[in-house]
Amino acid sequence: MLNFILLILIYTGIYALMAIGQNLITGYVGLLSLTQAGFFAIGSYVTAILSVTYGIDFWITIPLAAIVAGFFGLVIGLPTLRLKGDYLAIATLGFGEIVRNILNNWDKVTNGPMGIQRIPMISVFGVRVSPYEKWGFLVLVWLFVLVGYLLFERLAKSRIGRALEAIREDEIAASSMGINTTRYKVWAFVFGAAIAGVAGSLQAEFILSVTPGAFTFMVSIMVLCMVVLGGMGNFKAVILGAFLIQFISYFPQLVGLSNVIPPQFKQVLFGLILVIMMIWRPQGILGREKRNAPGSFFRKGGRS
Amino acid sequence: MILLETTKLTRAYGGVVAVSEVDFQVREGLITGLIGPNGAGKTTLFNNMTGLDTPTSGKVHFNGIDITNHSAHKICRMGIARTFQNIRLFKELSVLENVMVGLHFTTGKSPVTGRIGAAFHSYLRAREEYELMHEQAMKWLNFFHLEAFADELAKNLPYGHQRELEIARALATSPTILFLDEPAAGMNPFETDSLMKTIRRIRDLDITVVLIEHDMKLVMNICDTITVLNYGQNIAQGTPTEIRHNPKVIEAYLGKEEA
Amino acid sequence: MGSSAEFFQHLMNGMTLGGIYALIALGYTMVYGILKFINFAHGDILMVGSYIGLFTFDAIRGQTLGPWTIVAFFIAMLAGMLFSAGLGMAIERIAYKPLRKATRLAPLLSAIGVSFILSNMAAWMWGTKSRKLEYPFDNTPLHIGGVSITPHQILILIVVIVMMVSLKLFVDKSRIGKAMRATSLDQDTAKLMGIKADRIIAITFAIGSALAATAGFLIALEIKVYPSMGTMTGLKAFVAAVVGGIGNISGAMLGGILLGLLETFGVALLGIPYGLRDTIAFVALIIILLVKPEGLLGKVEKEKV
Repeated sequence: MLNFILLILIYTGIYALMAIGQNLITGYVGLLSLTQAGFFAIGSYVTAILSVTYGIDFWITIPLAAIVAGFFGLVIGLPTLRLKGDYLAIATLGFGEIVRNILNNWDKVTNGPMGIQRIPMISVFGVRVSPYEKWGFLVLVWLFVLVGYLLFERLAKSRIGRALEAIREDEIAASSMGINTTRYKVWAFVFGAAIAGVAGSLQAEFILSVTPGAFTFMVSIMVLCMVVLGGMGNFKAVILGAFLIQFISYFPQLVGLSNVIPPQFKQVLFGLILVIMMIWRPQGILGREKRNAPGSFFRKGGRS
Repeated sequence: MILLETTKLTRAYGGVVAVSEVDFQVREGLITGLIGPNGAGKTTLFNNMTGLDTPTSGKVHFNGIDITNHSAHKICRMGIARTFQNIRLFKELSVLENVMVGLHFTTGKSPVTGRIGAAFHSYLRAREEYELMHEQAMKWLNFFHLEAFADELAKNLPYGHQRELEIARALATSPTILFLDEPAAGMNPFETDSLMKTIRRIRDLDITVVLIEHDMKLVMNICDTITVLNYGQNIAQGTPTEIRHNPKVIEAYLGKEEA
Repeated sequence: MGSSAEFFQHLMNGMTLGGIYALIALGYTMVYGILKFINFAHGDILMVGSYIGLFTFDAIRGQTLGPWTIVAFFIAMLAGMLFSAGLGMAIERIAYKPLRKATRLAPLLSAIGVSFILSNMAAWMWGTKSRKLEYPFDNTPLHIGGVSITPHQILILIVVIVMMVSLKLFVDKSRIGKAMRATSLDQDTAKLMGIKADRIIAITFAIGSALAATAGFLIALEIKVYPSMGTMTGLKAFVAAVVGGIGNISGAMLGGILLGLLETFGVALLGIPYGLRDTIAFVALIIILLVKPEGLLGKVEKEKV
């Protein structure tokens, strides 16, 4: 039981990272991206391939996972972000499928549908962080969530975050205020992709294997649900959303009813969450965070 | 001195010519009015000068620099700000933040050169930057007596104040020229009066004002020079008195005398 | 086999595939034309329609092939179309209509939710295994001058042509069709002119959904029926709609055919591996968005400021 709760919390952490990225893109800039699964997959495979095939240490692969995912964010974002939002949804959806397609077919590097097994475990100063001892892994994952949260929250509170919100509210007016809207949108997209890459890297270390089947459209939908359920434009809320969605996801197993409740049940529920939230509570459970002055890195003094 | 100038500016949408070979000048320090019947091409001309639209042919020069194909954000950064005919505020942001967005690029200066450096600076010194922007934004809100509304969401502001906020936001970009697209639309005579005073105060800040307006009382009262568009063409320009007695203008507004 | 015969073979294959894309693309484009919104659930409506068609056909077809099986096939297709039409209208009423005045993001998110509900409900109720739809006729290919054409392909071409011509006539000539075009040009003005915009929108959803069901049922003969059959097909059809110019009915037809040809010739002539065939559509999407974002027949839309 405890083991199971720890498992849920670890997945909450991994998905919270993706949700933080999605929140920057969707909650702040107002862009509907449907490809966190794609960047998640890229991050996973970067770590898997580098550590298994080339024997590179996890701590070196994780920034590379972020960079490669971010790079793909740039490649997909540059052509589509110039256009109206709806196209982005489709283009990113297609991109996620392409990634899976390539992972399935590029046998030489990805080993096709079989995926890559026996990923070496993380070690911190010579101490192994094994996914079998869940407490240690839990702490590691949530340290990443904490760092990710602080970095993104601060970005959102800065002058740059305000510009992103202005773009969401009215792109034409924002550009008439001297904001290079395309550049900001692309960068938000790149950062959102990069943090999903980090999540992927952690996921690879938790499962110790990667297969293309783990990165379906469902993953992107779950992340989207986390943001919508918790509250768009609120980083704390999307972490709460991540927990709720993971909890729903594992609930049948948690109460020992996984034989009775079919796996599609929770997915239907995710769909319902999107529809119902949009109609009755589009701001999510916690709602958009009220903006206030950011704290200082260099000076004492809290929020005003 | 001519600050901004279009030469033979034409904008056609398919077969429809919205603006046709218009030469339009904005002189430094004057309040320039742009008038004409509905559909005369006034807003199209504005959009083509502020980078929201690109002319089919012709040029736009600002301070002698060709800005015809510049994008809107670049033009704003050069010192041309504007408001919109149908108010375009950032509705879900507070009144204060709307003005802070206007301060966005002037604040983005960094001791480290380059954009990335500026971004890092904003990131690390977010609080100092916030305080700086807060102070400047409040100054502009004070200018319009909007300081009491600072924390309201922009969408909750009364209509007249929304128009003022849009001007405050534009002024926050420290423009040399301010374009106002029908600033008095929907205002009552009292509000219009106060707007007139505000526009004069803006001129006193050494900002050149160009405005599209249908309210003739306002236009004739505050404009130093007026240009009249009709069917996309520049049919007259001159002082308010000259314009008032120009037969072409009278015809454009009242139609040709029948029989 | 001569190379010209080979060319015609690919042309034939590409045209049938493209015809299917075109039928589905019409639904995307008609809805977009009126509501300026992408109906993400369109592919799943296609899937549901195919299942209903399959069930009907299995129930009434009998054992031996003959004229009756062909009649039964069309009855089943009609059943799928009607069910999908009703489903499309119901979805619009429940999940999209309350969001007409909401932010742009809201209906999109709602549509994604609907799509997810439909595909998983189908998997739940009908299982994830794909089901075979039996041919209503002997599908032995005919050989015409070195080109082999299956009766299935002929059926697709005939149905697609009939559907497209009737849709075009309907939209251009009928009262409702004219009201549709008026509504897509300017909903508010259309309302002032006495057009019941809500009804027009419902009809648009019904027609688009019925066309998708037709397309789904026709390809089901080849690819079988399964809960996620609409996802990739729907995505590609959307690409076809964008390539042709979204909101433009002739554009959707053109874009569909072009995409079908591109995929067939891409694999056959350009040596793109079959496994990556699905990526061709998205590369096409990116290229068209970069070069001609309004699509081949679309109009440039400029937001009014």
